Order: sequence, then structure tokens, then C-alpha cells
Amino acid sequence: MNNLVFAWRNLWRNKRRTTITVTAIVVAVLMSTCMSSMQEGMYSKMIDNVVKFYSGYLQIHHNNYWESKSINDVYKPDETFYAQLDSVRDIVHYVPRVESFSLISTGENTKGGAIIGVDPESEDRLSELSRWIHKGECLKQDDDGILVAVNLAKNLKIDIGDTLILLSQGYHGATAAGLFPVKGILKFPSPDLNNFGAYVDIRKAQDFFSMPGMVTSTAILVNNYSDVVNVKNELVTKLQNSYSIMTWDEMQPEIVQMIEGDRAGAVIMKAVLYIVVGFGILGTIIMMVAERKRESGITVAIGMQKRKLQTVMFYETLYMGFLGVFFGFLLSVPLILILLNNPIPLPGESSEVYEKFGFEPVIYFGAQARVFVNQVITVFAMSLLISLYPIIKIRNLKVANALRA
Amino acid sequence: MKVIDIKNLTKIYNDSEYKVNALNGIDLSFEEGEFAAVVGPSGSGKTTLLNIVGGLDKPSGGEVIIDHTNIGKLKSSRLIDFRLKNIGFVFQAYNLIPVLTARENVEFIMHLQGKPKAEREKRMKDLMSAVGLSDRIDSRPSKLSGGQQQRVAVARALASKPKFILADEPTANLDSKSTENLLDIMEKLNKEENTTFIFSTHDARVVKKARRVITIEDGKVVSDEIRK
Ligand SMILES: Nc1ncnc2c1ncn2[C@@H]1O[C@H](COP(=O)(O)OP(=O)(O)OP(=O)(O)O)[C@@H](O)[C@H]1O
Ligand SMILES: [Mg+2]
Repeated sequence: MNNLVFAWRNLWRNKRRTTITVTAIVVAVLMSTCMSSMQEGMYSKMIDNVVKFYSGYLQIHHNNYWESKSINDVYKPDETFYAQLDSVRDIVHYVPRVESFSLISTGENTKGGAIIGVDPESEDRLSELSRWIHKGECLKQDDDGILVAVNLAKNLKIDIGDTLILLSQGYHGATAAGLFPVKGILKFPSPDLNNFGAYVDIRKAQDFFSMPGMVTSTAILVNNYSDVVNVKNELVTKLQNSYSIMTWDEMQPEIVQMIEGDRAGAVIMKAVLYIVVGFGILGTIIMMVAERKRESGITVAIGMQKRKLQTVMFYETLYMGFLGVFFGFLLSVPLILILLNNPIPLPGESSEVYEKFGFEPVIYFGAQARVFVNQVITVFAMSLLISLYPIIKIRNLKVANALRA
Repeated sequence: MKVIDIKNLTKIYNDSEYKVNALNGIDLSFEEGEFAAVVGPSGSGKTTLLNIVGGLDKPSGGEVIIDHTNIGKLKSSRLIDFRLKNIGFVFQAYNLIPVLTARENVEFIMHLQGKPKAEREKRMKDLMSAVGLSDRIDSRPSKLSGGQQQRVAVARALASKPKFILADEPTANLDSKSTENLLDIMEKLNKEENTTFIFSTHDARVVKKARRVITIEDGKVVSDEIRK
């Protein structure tokens, strides 16, 4: 008799108990998968909000720019530079930007803020700038106007049609001064961005900072999240150290930290869930071993090596884990697919809180591999741990005592 | 030919609060082809004796020699193999593995011995017909009566062609008809296959069938009589 078949039949001696135990694992897998999916969906959304809608997945800077953030550490992208970018297959789109700080004044009120010079049409394909127009309209090519983030506009007490005075320092100490009529108010899904600054046409920004044809950064959109590292490596080789190439997580370490922190918190919750289920499985295994004590004694008495008996009981434990994961999967995959395509809108009150903090009041789900893989690993590890119980029990089994049981 | 040689065997159970001298110097030997009963009052040490002779428990003193091997000296996994090759067991009840059919239970030991399929199959069929259960080959134990289960257990014990079979009260849970039937089968197989049977019992009708009756009391042999 094959050990696997033997174990399988043993598993179904007590159909009801096995079914209950497997069901408990299924529920745990299902709950944990949904929770992970929700987390990952939230993280992706967060990364999307800040990364996709602002920094891009990668940026190319002058070698000193990230350290100095100085308007002197800029570069002039030429034909060959763009040709290199075009030759990288996974790059979907790239945009030139001029970013610096400036005093922004209405004459009465003055604030400091970021000024971002963008190519309106091109930028729209990367950060979907026009999507966040709250009031007024978006910039057109070679527009003279300025778009102001909503909180900044509130602080400056300005509205569409007002004119802003910008004062700053330009390239190599040149004085930068200019007048920009307010064309639109921007409202982003992230509170940071809403305090952040103002957008102008890139050519106007280059004039303003006295740096014609030059940019502070080129932001890059890639096909897929997972291509980022490859694209970076390819760019490093192609651009040969003349530029610094940074990925979104290098530029936004706070987001990465926040996500890691949140994951760690969630791990504790899942651990509690799995420990409860783990004790359920252990209980079943303990009963299984106890009620088969005499029978185990007989099989060893008639000549079955303990190792073989241990193997059989080991398989029984693993079977339970596998069945749980299998059916947990079978149920969770369609569920996650449905949730993936149908994000859950938050009801009334909580939605207001979310919106106040600039988040979309919607729960998004994710279907990253880790959502599923982690459950498999956890249940498998748990089964391995629990299987130690029968293994030790059989090792210590005294045949003569077992027969008297 | 001598199959078992027991010399000055003692067993002291020490694990509980007070110690029990279950066996107090047993000297016995068994020849090939014997059909022997071990009798004695409850607590006299029958089970203890059979367990030690079968290598299921360790003696406190003395030795059990089977086929030139002092089995008390064997390491646990070697001892399991030794049992597999040399000793057949029939216990009082619930001998069979419940998730296996009668056929699989009988073939189980041959499987462990690594016997080829054709040989297993033939031996199983022969034995199942010898115990009169040819038509119940594919039944699980729960579908068999207590007597039928014991007959399958006897078939299983014989399957590996052991040097001898130890049966501790094999009929204790059976009615008189099944008892007689089981004893007849054991006797028949004892003759046909020349397998040595050693069984313990309380039942006078079983004792009557034995060709040798060993009586023990308080862990000592008080009589050893050979009949017929
Ligand atoms: N594991 C043990 N620990 C302590 N004492 C034991 C143990 N097993 C048996 N004994 C004692 O050893 C003695 C012999 O027991 P054993 O089971 O061999 O008797 P038996 O002749 O088989 O009795 P029965 O006819 O009731 O089956 C008894 O006094 C019993 O209480
Ligand atoms: Mg007994």
C-alpha cells in the first residue's frame, strides 16, 4: 500500500472532523487573501497617486541634482539623449520637466511653492494633469497661464483670472521674475500634492529661470511596475554615468517605509488568525494520534517501521493543509477577480474622512502574486510544524503499552 | 528443530508507584510445528510473556533466543524488521487496519517485506480461502464480524510465512461457534503449513484443542504438559 494512498484513506476516517478542519483553513486562507488583496490594492493606489501621477516611475537628473536641488544642476537633453530613451522597449512615455522653488505672490499674500514646468500635452499622458483640474481649465501648449494646487490657492486667496507674481533665482544666479494669470485650480488625490505648488508651460519655465532648452528632470512611464529595475539598468548602461537615474522608491523612501510598516502591522493580525486555525489543526491531529494509539501499536508490532508510519501521518497533516489552501484558492481567486474589477465605494461618513485627507473614498483590491503565495507558504509552514507532533509521538510509542490501550 | 529458547526470563514493571514482578524466571523452549496454549489466572503474566517472546517488550533479565538471535539485544528498528521476517501476531481484537480491505490487510505485511505483486496476490487468495473468506476479500473490517476479523488476522499473521505465530487470547471476544471455527482453522494451518502456534487463553474449549498446555501462575511455569 502506497504511503500517500494510505494517508489519504486515514484522513477520511472521520469525515466530519476532517471537513471542519479543512473548512477552517479555507476560511483563514480566504480572509487572509482578501485582507492582503485589500492592502496591496491600497498600496498600489498610493503608489499610483504619488508615483504615477507625479514623479513617474523613474527620473533622469543631472548627477548632482537630487542632492543639491539646485537650478544650476540641470541638463540639456539633445537628439541622441531622446534616441537612447526611445530605444528602451519598456519605456512607454517620458516627459521633460523644470522644477524649482519660487516665491508666489498676489501682491498682498506671498507663499513659497514649487514651480513645475511641463509640456502640457505630453505631461497629460504621464501624470494625467488635466484629470485633476478642479476649477478653470488646463494649460495648452505654450500657454502663458499657471495652474495652482487647491490648498496653495486657498492660502493665497486667489481664483481663476487673478495674476500671480513669481520671484526666484534662475540659472547661474540670474534673476527670475514673471507674471502668470491663474488658469486653473488643481485638486490631487494626495494631500501632499495639494499643498505643493503650481504648474506652468515648460517653455515659460525655461524663460523664467533663464535656462532655454534645459530641464531639471525627465520623468519616465514604464509599461509595468515590475519593469522598473530592468529599465533603470538599461538606462544606466546606455547613458553611461552622465546622468543620475532614480527609481520611484529611491525618490520616495517615505512611501516605501509606510507600506512596509503597514504590512508588518497586518502580518500580526494574520498571524493571530493563523495561530487560531493552527491550534484547530493541532487539536485534530492530537485526537487522530490518540485514537489510533492501539492501531499504531499493532502496525509497528507486525513489522511496520516507525519511519514509515511517521511518513504516513506526516502526509495526513500535509493533506489537510493542501486541501485547505486548494479550496481557499478556488474560492478566493474568483472573489478577488470580482473585487478587482469592482472596487468598493466607502459609505457616507468614512468617505468624507478619506476625502478630507485627499484619498479617493474607494477600497481597491490587488491581485499581486504575494497576495496568494503568502497564504500557501504560511499554511505549508504551519502544517510542517504541526506534523512534528505525530512524528514525535510515534517515535516515543511503546508497542506493549499501545497494545494495552 | 527448536524455534524459541527462553532462559530464566524475568520481567519487573517499575514504572508505576509499586513494582510488579510479572515474570519470575521462566525457562521454556518451543519446537517447530507446536500447537501450544499458555494458560493461567488473570494477571499471571501470559500477555507479558507473549509480548517479550514476540519482541514487543524488553525483558528485565534472562534471554529469548530465536534463530540464534538474542532478541532482547536488538535495536528497535532491527527488532521491527526481525518481527516482520520471523513472527506472526494475532491480538485479542481490532487487529486489522480499518481503512484497508481484508485483501490489503493480508497483503500489508508482504508489502512491507517487498514481495512481488503476483506472489502477494496468490498467497492472499490461498490464505483467504483457507480461512473460508474467499468471498469477503474486498470488505473493510467494519463490514466483517468479530470472528471473520480474527480469521483475517490469522491469515495476515501467516502471510509472511513466519517461524511462529503468537496469539494473545485470540478468541476472548468471540462466541463459542466462532471460537471453535477459528481454532479449527488455526489447527488446520498448523498442520498444513507446519507453522508453530503459541496462544494464551482462558477458555477451556480452546485449551482442549492444544497439544501442549503450559500453565503459569505468578510469573512462574507451574505445569507444562504434552498431550496426544
Ligand atoms: N505496563 C505495566 N505496568 C505495570 N504493571 C503491569 C503492566 N503490564 C502488566 N502489568 C502487571 O503485570 C502482571 C501480569 O500482567 P499480564 O497482563 O501479563 O497478565 P495476563 O496473564 O495477561 O492477564 P489477563 O489474563 O488478565 O490478560 C499483572 O499483575 C499486571 O498488573
Ligand atoms: Mg493478558
